[in-house]
Amino acid sequence: MNSLIPLLVAAPLAGAVLLLLGGRAFDRLGHWLATALAALSFGFGLALFSDMLGRDAEDRTLTQHLFSWIPVNGFQADISFQLDQLSMTFVLLITGVGTLIHLYSVGYMAHDERRRRFFAYLNLFLAAMLLLVVADNYLLLYFGWEGVGLASYLLIGFWQHKPSAATAAKKAFIVNRVGDMGLSIAIMLMFVEFGSFAFEPVFGAAGSASEGKLTAIGLMLLLAACGKSAQVPLQSWLGDAMEGPTPVSALIHAATMVTAGVYLITRSGAIFNLAPDAQTAVVVVGAVTLLFGAIVGCAKDDIKKALAGSTMSQIGFMILAAGLGPIGYAFAIMHLVTHGFFKAGLFLGAGSVMHGMNDEVNMRHYGGLRKYMPVTFVTFGLGYLAIIGFPGLSGFFSKDKIIEAAFAKGGTEGWILGLCTLVGAAVTAFYMTRVMILTFFGEKRWQPDAEGHDPHPHESPKTMTVPMIVLAFGSVFAGGLFAFHESFLTWLEPVTGHEEGNSPLTPLVVTLLTTACMLAGVALSYLMYGRSAVPVVPPYGSPLTRAARRDLLQDDFNHAVLVRPGSALAAALVYFDSRGLDGFVNGLAATIGGVSSRLRRIQNGYVRTYALSMFGGTLVLVATTLLMRSV
Amino acid sequence: MSAATSLNLAAVTGATSTGEAVQFWVLAVIAVGGALGTLLMRKAVHSALCLAATMLALAVCYMAQGAVFLGVVQIVVYTGAIMMLFLFVVMLVGVTSADSLKEQLKGQRFAAALCGLGFGVLMVAGIANAKLDSFAGLGEANAEGNVQGLARLIFTKYVWAFEVTGALLITAAIGAMVLTHREHVKAPKTQRELAAQRVADNIQVPPLPAPGIYARHNAVDIPALLPDGSIAEDSVMATLRERGQIRDVSQEMLARMAELESTTADWLGRPPSERPPVTGPRKALEPVAANHPAPANRPASDHDEEGAE
Amino acid sequence: MNPVNYLYLSALLFTIGASGVLIRRNAIVLFMCVELMLNASNLALVTFSRMHGNLDGQIIAFFTMVVAAAEVVVGLAIIVSIFRTRHSASVDDSNLMKL
Repeated sequence: MNSLIPLLVAAPLAGAVLLLLGGRAFDRLGHWLATALAALSFGFGLALFSDMLGRDAEDRTLTQHLFSWIPVNGFQADISFQLDQLSMTFVLLITGVGTLIHLYSVGYMAHDERRRRFFAYLNLFLAAMLLLVVADNYLLLYFGWEGVGLASYLLIGFWQHKPSAATAAKKAFIVNRVGDMGLSIAIMLMFVEFGSFAFEPVFGAAGSASEGKLTAIGLMLLLAACGKSAQVPLQSWLGDAMEGPTPVSALIHAATMVTAGVYLITRSGAIFNLAPDAQTAVVVVGAVTLLFGAIVGCAKDDIKKALAGSTMSQIGFMILAAGLGPIGYAFAIMHLVTHGFFKAGLFLGAGSVMHGMNDEVNMRHYGGLRKYMPVTFVTFGLGYLAIIGFPGLSGFFSKDKIIEAAFAKGGTEGWILGLCTLVGAAVTAFYMTRVMILTFFGEKRWQPDAEGHDPHPHESPKTMTVPMIVLAFGSVFAGGLFAFHESFLTWLEPVTGHEEGNSPLTPLVVTLLTTACMLAGVALSYLMYGRSAVPVVPPYGSPLTRAARRDLLQDDFNHAVLVRPGSALAAALVYFDSRGLDGFVNGLAATIGGVSSRLRRIQNGYVRTYALSMFGGTLVLVATTLLMRSV
Repeated sequence: MSAATSLNLAAVTGATSTGEAVQFWVLAVIAVGGALGTLLMRKAVHSALCLAATMLALAVCYMAQGAVFLGVVQIVVYTGAIMMLFLFVVMLVGVTSADSLKEQLKGQRFAAALCGLGFGVLMVAGIANAKLDSFAGLGEANAEGNVQGLARLIFTKYVWAFEVTGALLITAAIGAMVLTHREHVKAPKTQRELAAQRVADNIQVPPLPAPGIYARHNAVDIPALLPDGSIAEDSVMATLRERGQIRDVSQEMLARMAELESTTADWLGRPPSERPPVTGPRKALEPVAANHPAPANRPASDHDEEGAE
Repeated sequence: MNPVNYLYLSALLFTIGASGVLIRRNAIVLFMCVELMLNASNLALVTFSRMHGNLDGQIIAFFTMVVAAAEVVVGLAIIVSIFRTRHSASVDDSNLMKL
């Protein structure tokens, strides 16, 4: 069974290689090959899953050593894999949702002439993400981490003819580099501290390391997670990343890639558990991002950007939960999986709407679409109910648990975090209801596109609707399934551990509070958008709204704090280089050149001149000899 | 022969006799004079002859110092063979071409003089400082004869160097052959080809004019005269032209013509105003028209000449 | 008279020869001046031989003559072949050996 683990990664990787190097031979059927390979990987995952279920809880971890990558004395970098319950969860999520999105892309990208390349990148992304989650050491994880970054760069900038897409891709890549630097520093610290970067020795020795060093490692890992999961302060790339094709947004920026940070923190739980300061930092980042994303999501008129804000906010929930330690790890992952379902479904639904509306993304130009796209409406609606935490659906169970865990942190901290999450849940309900109303309800506010064609909304083809339906089922039932007899918690406990904490409130009270907040958000949103006609041109709005439309000024902040001083420094260095260094070097060269061109005249080619200099030299020699003799 | 023996005797003792002193001063003057001549003569032939004189003087100096064999070798090899080789090459390269006295390299002559002077002063000072008073003389070394003594050394102590010089001479001989030998890359052109080439190039297709002025001069160094009295440079061979060895007789002819005309005018009793303007020899190679500013006079003078004939 | 006068004569001749090399432009004359320098050194060698009372100096002078002969042969051959191609025996005309 162990030998299946490398095949998990190999199948999509083979697809990427074949499609990228195979050339036009794959133009016609390449996308089906890519989908089949993704499905094959999912099949391997299912086989491993059933095998894993057949064994005892303590005995479920599989390892597979493939080969030694860099075997140096004292530095062992291996290509070896480890598949435990945590990895298994991710493998199923990545391959499952990934396969559905492949299928969806077959319809969505049907008319794109670079479709083969798109599917190659999708496969490459799957391979990198799988490598990330099945690696058994941080270096191999870093390899997958970078691969994910590369694939996301390629996919965000897939429509590279659009300057905005090219810029967004570069922005995502550069912001991710900041986080990647954190991860590489963390790995170096681990190697210095523990002499290894494989999970087992590092976690085993973590207890004997000083808390300061563990905190340093933890903060660096948090920086890495912030980059990849779009958390404050490295969140700015996610909104712009919506320039990519919608399946990319669904796959990368909702269901999988941004969850890598949560995976990293959960996986490194053994380090974070021993570094409370780092945990506090994680919680703060999670709480801030949770509210930040929610506020941004409220103001955006672009459906994908609103969903991106929502993603940021939901990932904030997960990071917050992961920062709570053993109280929250399992719930973070649980919310991650349910979020993977409903957010992918929401994005696919958004893509379906755009597909029918001539690629229009402004929600103020939608309205009343429920009659024209019934399947999209139903699946999107189920996803909406799930994300706001409507009782009985997925989001209800997972979010509720996180809020409980936040209260369970105890003390003042617990109250602050709990209130933050409650506010977050309310705002989530508010902005999702807004999206829902603006898109599917109310009267038509359709506008002709740039070429003057009036939109003719229609339901999308089967390849697109089927994945949406499947994901809708996940959105509805996954949470209940996981919460049933706390099956998910039991499943993950051997890896992440679990503590109950001491909540000041009973679970029932928390559930009631959460539901009340959710209903309040929905009601407010209905009052604001559902009862009166929505203006096509956005109103001026309050200062907060205007700031939120600009992503709460994050780009302005980055520009003022980082870009401008950087440019000034670069300009100063260029000035120093061109005037100082070049001036010195060129001046030296010019001096030598000038002296040489004067000295060159001595070399006039006349043999008698050379003879004269020889004779002069002889004269000097004789004089010196005589002088030395007489002295 | 007896003088040489006495010189040898003097060399043997290590001190110099009065005879050798007198001989030295005579020879020294000749040698230095010859050397200066080599340096200062404009023509290479003269330089070579001056050098030969210096070498002969040095040969006698060698003999006076007990190096009889070397003296003879100096005369035979140096003065006889090497200098003759020099003269051959001088003849081959151009015997009369003299160096121009104008120095082309700026400051070369001054610097050379300065260096030479400095070097000479240094050498003389060095020799004077060396305090060389004790001369052992060659009496013992030349006891069984100078040639025998040299032979003993050459074929024992210096035999390896001697062999090597043999190799050097052979190499030099072969080198000289290689350097001066010219291989024909292609067959030399035949007369037919040369003629065709000349027509094709259209440069001087008819034969060149012959040198000399018939009935007066027919030497090869005298250029023919063109109808207007100027000389035809093509009529003299290029080598002589380059050396400037052309005897231009055109002016002489014109002078004779002017003389004839004035005699005729005197005989006819013409007033000076009617005489033709040709009063003296014309410059060579000048256009004819320049000398006859008034074309109106031309028929009259022609007529006069005819009348004079 | 002290035989050291021969050495003074040798030094004088050598200096004149060296100056000739520097001043004259005709390659043949220049070469003659080189020969003059060699002869001057030969005179010094012969005088040293007399001074030391052995024949080694004369042997060296003899070898100098042989080498000079070889040198003259090759040198004159070079002059002739240069003259053939460049129609000049002036050393100043062969000034391509420069930048």
